[in-house]
Amino acid sequence: MAENNKITKKEDLILFLSDTDEREGLLGKKNRKLLSDPLTDNNPITVQVLGICSALAITVKLEPAIVMSLAVMAVMAFSNMIISLLRNLIPSRIRIIVQLVVVAALVILVDQILKAYAYDVSKQLSVFVGLIITNCIVMGRLEAFALGNGVYKSFLDGIGNAAGYAFILILVAFFREFLGFGKLLGYQIIPQSWYDAGYSNNGLMLLSPMALITVGLIIWVQRSRSRSLIEQN
Amino acid sequence: MDRNSNAYTFLFVILLIAVVASTLALTATSLQPAQAENVKNEKMQNILGTVGIEVVRDSAQIPFEKYIVQRIALDNKGNERTEVNAFDVDLKKELKKPVAEQSFPLYVANVEGSKYYIVPLRGKGLWDAIWGYVALKDDVNTIKGAVFDHKGETPGLGAEITQMWFKKAFDDEKILDSSGEFVGVSVAKGYQGGDNKDDNAVDAISGATITGDGVTDMISERLVNYLPYFKNKTNVKVASN
Repeated sequence: MAENNKITKKEDLILFLSDTDEREGLLGKKNRKLLSDPLTDNNPITVQVLGICSALAITVKLEPAIVMSLAVMAVMAFSNMIISLLRNLIPSRIRIIVQLVVVAALVILVDQILKAYAYDVSKQLSVFVGLIITNCIVMGRLEAFALGNGVYKSFLDGIGNAAGYAFILILVAFFREFLGFGKLLGYQIIPQSWYDAGYSNNGLMLLSPMALITVGLIIWVQRSRSRSLIEQN
Repeated sequence: MDRNSNAYTFLFVILLIAVVASTLALTATSLQPAQAENVKNEKMQNILGTVGIEVVRDSAQIPFEKYIVQRIALDNKGNERTEVNAFDVDLKKELKKPVAEQSFPLYVANVEGSKYYIVPLRGKGLWDAIWGYVALKDDVNTIKGAVFDHKGETPGLGAEITQMWFKKAFDDEKILDSSGEFVGVSVAKGYQGGDNKDDNAVDAISGATITGDGVTDMISERLVNYLPYFKNKTNVKVASN
């Protein structure tokens, strides 16, 4: 769960120590930071290296990646809010269990509602909805943020981190579907004339290792752009 | 109360579980009818899909009753089991029974004068169950159409069995070989047959070998149990000629 929380810990500590009742606009500077940081220098996938498992599993095509992102966003926003509401009541010895119960209950709710009212979407996501429970980002944010911050801030943090996750997921899915199938969202993008001229889809892109390599390339690009992310030793 | 005491911890857990369990139980029971309706309509939609009738899921009931003229439950000797309602047979449960005790549902469709036999399939893919329906023409050899679905195959790979291009390959394939022996239709890796409809094989999906093998197996394992019934049917026809 905590492959790399050097950066998160320091930031969270500052947020934890700062007065949470501090008067600030709904989307004041600090709150905006909660939303924007996970998209860039504190991205849950490329910087904290959390949630890699689902980034591999559902990025073969763009559409499931988008739906999965939305489901994760809903679960993260609500679980962060619930845990933040309960943060002063949860006995610290069993907090991980409580977090798991809350996340699992939310995921089952999402699954049941999708099955009843959005049957096609639920079929498309199939087992991956259930796997949101095991997504390290959800538990990671509950533990690192929601337990020590107010409800609204936790909500923003949930949305922000889910957006950071979604951004990478969709980016990886874009390259995998484009290079692997020549399609985007199921529509043919690469024209037939290319195939006739000898181009062929890269089947390797469909296999999980290429998701890992794509994520690696994204990390490379990100680190060469913002040098502060590179570890000193 | 001391938040670190055992009593508090137990109290907290009991309350939490009570709230979570009752919420989930309530949602599950209240959504159950809507979910069951979806599953039932989808089953009708899939069955109709094999004989080339595309309907919207929510309005599958009326065309289903119009085109599906007979629903029969069979045993593996080809006898009808009148006491079993074919539509309610759950293959997931049936597959766990010994073959002799299983019921094999069969739907007979009549579309503009042509008769089709629709056989439900169920087997194993890579991750979880796969299932489908295959419609046979009146000669009980040529496939009219097939529909496949899955629970958890990999999107883009095994999950492609639900796609039109994969299903289309089964149209007009034969389940008997040239000498009349039952072989089914195999999903063949490195298929070179092109559009050949007499080789009992279709092209596989790259990267989805295990799901493809699952499709091959479920077609042969399920259809073989209907052969006695089909044999009777064709014999009757020969005699009446």
